[in-house]
Amino acid sequence: MKAKCKECGADIEVPDDALPGEIVSCPDCGLEYEVVSISKGKVELKLAEEIGEDWGE
Amino acid sequence: MPEVTIIFDRLRWEEKELYEKGRELGLDINLVDVKEKPLEITNMNQAEGISDVVLQRTISHYKGLYYSAILEAKGHTVINSFVTSLLCGNKLLTTLLLAKNGIPTPRTSVAFSMDSAIREMQRMGFPVVLKPIVGSWGRMIAKINDAEQAESILETRELLTDPQQQIYYLQEYVKRPPRDIRGIVINGNLFVTIYRYQPDDDWRTNIARGGRADALKADHELEDLMIKSAQAVGGKIVGVDAMETENGYVIHEINNNLEFRGATEASGKDIAKEIMNYIKEVVRK
Repeated sequence: MKAKCKECGADIEVPDDALPGEIVSCPDCGLEYEVVSISKGKVELKLAEEIGEDWGE
Repeated sequence: MPEVTIIFDRLRWEEKELYEKGRELGLDINLVDVKEKPLEITNMNQAEGISDVVLQRTISHYKGLYYSAILEAKGHTVINSFVTSLLCGNKLLTTLLLAKNGIPTPRTSVAFSMDSAIREMQRMGFPVVLKPIVGSWGRMIAKINDAEQAESILETRELLTDPQQQIYYLQEYVKRPPRDIRGIVINGNLFVTIYRYQPDDDWRTNIARGGRADALKADHELEDLMIKSAQAVGGKIVGVDAMETENGYVIHEINNNLEFRGATEASGKDIAKEIMNYIKEVVRK
């Protein structure tokens, strides 16, 4: 499945088995998106949260 | 209702692995994004859509911490527990517990003002490592070589708005090989041990900072220390970090928010499957 990057317009490839919450990046500008939903071959993306100070181990 | 809920806020490689391996083991699992699901905290009914047993996997320390507190109050079993997350997420509390349990750990002091922090560092002897009490991926950790450097770094810390940044956790700089050791303890058993080598341009060994990993077989002393450390914080799935010194091993950190992609690749062991096997045990008890 493909989605368009809102920043630079490039095609973002989203794997068919992607799950909501998964992160995909634009191959051209690197902007990160979170998968919101996938249904009937259509994928909805939103901008991913930026790294938080309390992230990670 | 599914048998297990994995709560998350960013679906990383680890969460996908846990979900897939759990399903392979025949577990009925759902994934819940904590960002999308508010919880009412004045009724004590179990949260709708969240199963009795919850595997806590948020990347954000505070989101996971408070979500766990609420779910436990509502009667869910959360792994790792709220208390484990609280203790592991706070270096001061972790060090206190390690010391109290007789587990060797680097010599550490805590100072509550800039002036006394500098005096304490002089007493301890430079270099000293300054760490934020709550922090991750090695961020804001500074190796301070002398009083002049101490002053400039602490002056910057004094300007930060988070009041915890003005509580100074000071640790001796441990002479060690250019690596540390990460052990993954699952339900009281040491499942995987790896070396984490520091990258050429950094003294910190976090894999998130570009550190390289390699498998190793733990000796009895190390295994014993790692299991005791996990017990000290009540951790069911934790990463315990150790350093090799002239006088044996020291434990310096316990991680409740385990990242295990690097350790899986370095050890060739199926960490996700082992975690889900343990979760299955909890579910089917």
